[in-house]
Amino acid sequence: MDERGKDEILHDHNHDGIDRRGFLKCMAWAGTGALCVIDGGVLKSYSLSRLSEIGEKEAEGELSFVQISDSHMGFNKPANPDVASTLKAAVDKINALPIPPQFMLHTGDISHLSKPEEFDNVEQILKSANPKTVFYVPGEHDVLNDEGAQYRERFGKGSQGSGWHSFDQKGIHFIGLVNVMNLKAGGMGSLGAEQLAWLEKDVTHLSKSTPIVVFAHIPLWSVYPEWGWGTEDSAQALGHLKKFGSVTVLNGHIHQTMQKVEGNVTFHTAASTAFPQPKPGAAPAPGPMKVPDDQLRGLLGVTDVNYIQRRHALAVIDSTLG
Amino acid sequence: MTRRVLYIAAIATMLMAILAGRQTTQAAPPAAPPAGADVKIDNFAFTPATLTVRAGTEVTWTNRDDIPHTVLSDDKSIKSKALDTDEKFSYTFTKPGTYSYFCSLHPKMKGTIVVE
Repeated sequence: MDERGKDEILHDHNHDGIDRRGFLKCMAWAGTGALCVIDGGVLKSYSLSRLSEIGEKEAEGELSFVQISDSHMGFNKPANPDVASTLKAAVDKINALPIPPQFMLHTGDISHLSKPEEFDNVEQILKSANPKTVFYVPGEHDVLNDEGAQYRERFGKGSQGSGWHSFDQKGIHFIGLVNVMNLKAGGMGSLGAEQLAWLEKDVTHLSKSTPIVVFAHIPLWSVYPEWGWGTEDSAQALGHLKKFGSVTVLNGHIHQTMQKVEGNVTFHTAASTAFPQPKPGAAPAPGPMKVPDDQLRGLLGVTDVNYIQRRHALAVIDSTLG
Repeated sequence: MTRRVLYIAAIATMLMAILAGRQTTQAAPPAAPPAGADVKIDNFAFTPATLTVRAGTEVTWTNRDDIPHTVLSDDKSIKSKALDTDEKFSYTFTKPGTYSYFCSLHPKMKGTIVVE
């Protein structure tokens, strides 16, 4: 058996295309960069260092886009006193991708303190990226002190409620959700009844073969409830997406890559472009993780997603800035 | 006449007693406003998590984390803006009661002020 063979699904007890071994393999690589291809419901994972062996056929698709997250413009403390330069490095990485992405998703915490100059700075830096279109959802740092009014004015034109929205690209339905508003004492991320009702209506008319990409700041799965790394009513949101054969959920917030597959839903979190955070429970609190300067960029990154229409698959590739 | 003098003396004594009483009351130290109390925000936690103070106490929260936090009472009546590193927020509790609050950005962070 060659090395690649080892990474493919060996035991598919539930006939859902996922075995635990394959899932763990994918998880293990998440920190260093991994390519996970969901191919006809079957998850295959390859380490990023072996991308060249996979060949362009695997990674190339009809639609390519990039996810960036947690740029925290304005943060200037140890771990990363210069978050502008690492965001620029992320843009360089995006501009060097072999398949040019058609747009970017920013999954929130654009700014550190919701200051106008912080938002200005991010917009200015992202102007040098080749894809000119950016779709945003807010993080909790983007809605400080004004319930998100400034965020919506700048980044949420035409959105609903506190900033949720949907759009279609190449037959994929994209849904941007907001789970950082009106959080309850002791709770986690929250979507709220109004947004859930909108979501249910938004997908009613779509055929079940439509690939769905959901993006939101806080993970829509329970990564680590003790640190609030999850969304209280995410199960209701996913319930509205049950009929779809392929759902990909892209989140940020936890400043590290992580992946999980549950039935037809694949969850990914992206790295930050600003500073890393500890693994769940690995520190007393989820604050910025201070690392030696030469290790910082190895813990920051961007996520590249390719949709392979003829194979009905989304390939998600995390790569670090270092 | 003697009876009259005695009568006046009695009234004078009573007046003096009343005045003395008033003087005693005035001599007591006036009720000092309670000293301020502090809550530190460290490592995504309010310390102390429960703080008991006298009515009239000004409580000051100081954020010592690298990440902004807020103070928001469960009933939303007490609300700070986002506190960056080393920023403070103060609130004077005038009425006795139990005030539960949390950080609206990281709602797992909870605290209580008990006002006696």
